[in-house]
Amino acid sequence: MSDPKNLDDMSRSFALSTKLDALVAWGQRNALWPLPYGTACCGIELMSVMGPKYDLARFGAEVVRFSPRQADLLLVAGTITEKMAPILVRIYEQMLEPKYVLSMGACASSGGFYRAYHVLQGCDKVIPVDVYVPGCPPTPEAVLDGIMTLQKMIKDRTPRPWKDNWKSPYLESNPTSQLGNR
Amino acid sequence: MSLMKFPEVLKNDLVTKFGVEQFKFLTTPVGDHVIEVPAVATHALLQYLKEYAGFDFLMDICGVDYPARSNKRFDVVYHLFSSKDFSRVRIKAQIAEDESIATATDIWIGADWFEREAFDMFGIIFKGHPNLRKILTHHQFTGFPLRKDYEADAQQSCDSVLPIHFDNTPEQRGDLLDSRFVPINVGPSHPAMHGTLRVMAELDGETVVRASCEIGFLHRCFEKMAETHPYNQVIPYTDRLNYCSAPMNNVGYCKAVERLLDVSIPPRAEAMRVVLCELSRIIDHIVSVGTGGVDLGALTAFFHLFTFREKVYSLFEKLCGARLTVSMTRVGGMAQDAPDGWFDSVLDFCDEMSDGVEEISKMLLGNKIFIKRTQGVCPVSLKDAVAWGYTGPLLRASGLELDLRKSNPYYGYEKYDFDIPTGSNGDIYDRYCVRIEEMRQSIRIIRQVCKNMPGGDYTIRDKSIVLPEKKDVYGNIEGLMNHFMLVIKGLRPPVGEVYDATEAANGELGFYLISDGSANPYRLKVRPPCFAIYQSFPTVVKGSMLADAIATVASMNVIAGELDR
Repeated sequence: MSDPKNLDDMSRSFALSTKLDALVAWGQRNALWPLPYGTACCGIELMSVMGPKYDLARFGAEVVRFSPRQADLLLVAGTITEKMAPILVRIYEQMLEPKYVLSMGACASSGGFYRAYHVLQGCDKVIPVDVYVPGCPPTPEAVLDGIMTLQKMIKDRTPRPWKDNWKSPYLESNPTSQLGNR
Repeated sequence: MSLMKFPEVLKNDLVTKFGVEQFKFLTTPVGDHVIEVPAVATHALLQYLKEYAGFDFLMDICGVDYPARSNKRFDVVYHLFSSKDFSRVRIKAQIAEDESIATATDIWIGADWFEREAFDMFGIIFKGHPNLRKILTHHQFTGFPLRKDYEADAQQSCDSVLPIHFDNTPEQRGDLLDSRFVPINVGPSHPAMHGTLRVMAELDGETVVRASCEIGFLHRCFEKMAETHPYNQVIPYTDRLNYCSAPMNNVGYCKAVERLLDVSIPPRAEAMRVVLCELSRIIDHIVSVGTGGVDLGALTAFFHLFTFREKVYSLFEKLCGARLTVSMTRVGGMAQDAPDGWFDSVLDFCDEMSDGVEEISKMLLGNKIFIKRTQGVCPVSLKDAVAWGYTGPLLRASGLELDLRKSNPYYGYEKYDFDIPTGSNGDIYDRYCVRIEEMRQSIRIIRQVCKNMPGGDYTIRDKSIVLPEKKDVYGNIEGLMNHFMLVIKGLRPPVGEVYDATEAANGELGFYLISDGSANPYRLKVRPPCFAIYQSFPTVVKGSMLADAIATVASMNVIAGELDR
């Protein structure tokens, strides 16, 4: 009844063709809902990143969620101590897929200059980290750069072996612990 | 060197009361009064000093480890302060590893957490303490980390979280929950808990029947780090104590070291430190008032106030390149001079900020909801505030006009014209009123300093204390040698000890520093203001609504960095 050529023309006028996962990645990277896990000085700088001057909202990541169930980006901002590590793991486990982790600052990335008896030497000892932002604390510009790096990773669908091979550090060491048992 | 002597009146009183033999009265070369007592007599002495000698504040209790000493390994050190004549005294008792010392919690309720900390760090047993449990390290941690034989980097991992628990009381065991009530856990990862605090409560409806707080989630071993770093390298660590007002910690620490070295800094360095301190006080109160509003549901004030915080960051950045953790002071002065026109930018900021303070004051203090949520909520009486060891804005909100800038002035605060605001009820509303008024007063001080900025050098030029300027290091052999020697040998204060306090944004920030003549501090104890304040939380919120408890945490302005260190 209708001319196929005309149908093609018609669809071109209101539709665009893309791959489904490219569309999903576009949505994911522009609507990252962060959970600000601010524990120390970096948490204060993170406030600046969220605040009026640097305004993380420009990158589609302004919907700050304090519930891990509603967040897909864990912003680890500040020193993670040995006492805090199990709680960080629990928060990470509670987040739904797809989930990303950005480690902000020297302490979260490596323990920083706290080579000390009660400080975890980097949060990547217990959870998989996608982007490390250096600095003590990093400038807000550096954090924005980290977010953009993550957005690019999502866009390019960069492989994340650290994430795929991750398992809870508490499963083996202490299977009866509160954390391992769940 | 100061030639101060131990006060004769007090000495005679004590000798009459306790006999000649028992005590040793000393005054250190820098003028700290010390009484050395046998451990058994400590309790009676503390009681006497509080009741008859006017030492109403217990500022700090800490341990010091001397493994080389043959029998009595530990010093237990008490710092007392009198709000009548603003004098201080230090009490030192020696105990062996298997001995105990009587608790001071029945004299000052505020001794509670300080004694728990000394127990956690050194294993010192305080006999009669109702609740002598770990406080900073995690529950699986074994050993006593501040003992000299504990390696600074010997980490011990933790794989679980303690269930909801409370402090033991004579009536109730802390780990047994009452089935009539609803247990609730808030934090440590919770927006109202400012990062790392954990509050546990039992609720009857919405009323808090009992509450408890667990701390230590940000215990990053500041004091152990200080023992393993040279004096000037400790400065960046001090930045990260109260990171909302980092420069104030730099100043407090350097002031203590300078007092031990018995050097005074040039007038320009003093004035620069005052400007930095007052700017920090403003931005600290901004966070406190702003997040306090957020916890009550008012997000606008936070965003508005943060605009001003950003302006101060820009000023800091212009001054030294860093925004938050500036590490701008050095022992002996400042790291560098301020760039041209910096003080004019500070004055411009003062104009903007004074408008901002008025706006915030209208926005919050005049807001009906804010008033209803804060006025008369969880008040702390002056008597309780003193017993807990409150200092700073919270103490002033309870009605005592005590501010170290007025009572024990330093850096020329006595020259500046400013007022000390006080409240009367000690409730949350008064605390915010005091903070907002303090912001106005800080602006007043900054204006006075900037208008009469003294010239001259920004640091002393003592070759054994301050590194030479870079142009000398690269330009001539003396500078190079001087730099080399100071870096290799380090800055070495004389053997001795000092307790020095400054008025930080939250209250008295004290540093108790012991030097053994080497390049690292032998012991550095910080007396953080919010540690004393936060321990009163379970008592203060008892019987109030849960939402009011959240407002109380915010008004206490607990900064985990200095709370847990």
